[in-house]
Amino acid sequence: MFAGEHGLQGDPRLKAISDAIRVVPHFPKSGIMFQDITTLLLDHKAYKDTLDIFVDRYRDMGISVVAGVEARGFLFGPSIALAIGAKFVPLSKPSKLPGEVISEEYVLEYGNDCLEMHVGAVKHGERAIIIDDLVATGGTLSAAIRLLERVGAEVVECACVIGLPEFKGQFRLNGKPLYILVEPRQ
Amino acid sequence: MSAFRDQDPRIHGIQTKIRVVPDFPREGIMFQDITTLLLDPKAFKDTIDLFVERYKGKNISVVAGIEARGFIFGPPIALAIGAKFVPLRKPKKLPGEVIKEEYVLEYGSDCLEMHVGAVSAGERALVVDDLIATGGTLRAAMNLLERAGAEVVECACVIELPDLKGRERLNGKPLYVLVESH
Repeated sequence: MFAGEHGLQGDPRLKAISDAIRVVPHFPKSGIMFQDITTLLLDHKAYKDTLDIFVDRYRDMGISVVAGVEARGFLFGPSIALAIGAKFVPLSKPSKLPGEVISEEYVLEYGNDCLEMHVGAVKHGERAIIIDDLVATGGTLSAAIRLLERVGAEVVECACVIGLPEFKGQFRLNGKPLYILVEPRQ
Repeated sequence: MSAFRDQDPRIHGIQTKIRVVPDFPREGIMFQDITTLLLDPKAFKDTIDLFVERYKGKNISVVAGIEARGFIFGPPIALAIGAKFVPLRKPKKLPGEVIKEEYVLEYGSDCLEMHVGAVSAGERALVVDDLIATGGTLRAAMNLLERAGAEVVECACVIELPDLKGRERLNGKPLYVLVESH
């Protein structure tokens, strides 16, 4: 679901957040219009508003885990975790996390990739949200959901700053609700 | 400068939450794992608060964080002190025009990149990372900011490995850390 259609209709913060995101054509490959959130991070008010919207949504939901996908999920997840009193759990590419991990493989356009989480970071029964900057195919988020469910956590929602219009309405990813602030810019 | 030496009462709680993982990523390295600190909301908040208390009201407009663990600590600090956050990344991660700074590793070299236009001349900046070892990465980060005309006010890390003398490699710029590990 998109914030602008569920509870934040007409909220001027959403347009400012969208306007602060830069589109870089043909990155990383020809044909891709890359949604660059680094310009959002340069706009203190819009960046703070982005986080405030997520914090306001999740603060009273009994969430004890905010999981963020490396690396751009790290730009949003920790601040949300701090504000709602939850722990932050990084989900990383292989060989980044030291110590014992569990791994979940997922399919890319060409080939596979893998997401890892520390053993013991999340306990059975904890309520979790997953954060990333953008959702496209949903492959990475699906792997993240599986990691958290494998250790017995309950994934309450996945949250992204940007999401493709396909995710409008009551679309669910692996049965989990998806909460998105803005669509990609042209 | 270190909060460790100043004996702020919050430091002990932070230090005990950092996990040491032996022989990662290679044999002989005692890896300082901050992810266990992030699992303790009070200790994580204390970590950020210590930096925010130091830098608030000092007219700092840029917090630059080194990928990827600098992305965990930098943004909460930037948001609390009213600064923008600028990510410094490994090659080919940042889209659009970048400036690059190469630096030497124990074996070979690596490169750090920053967006052109992210920082303006005369801005006062902090560099944030989870840990300083030899100081090579921090020095490259400082160089990027200075090439864009910013003034690096201080480097800030959660952990310092003083035996590696990284502090001496920062071109005389001050370094502030919360804990030391020998």
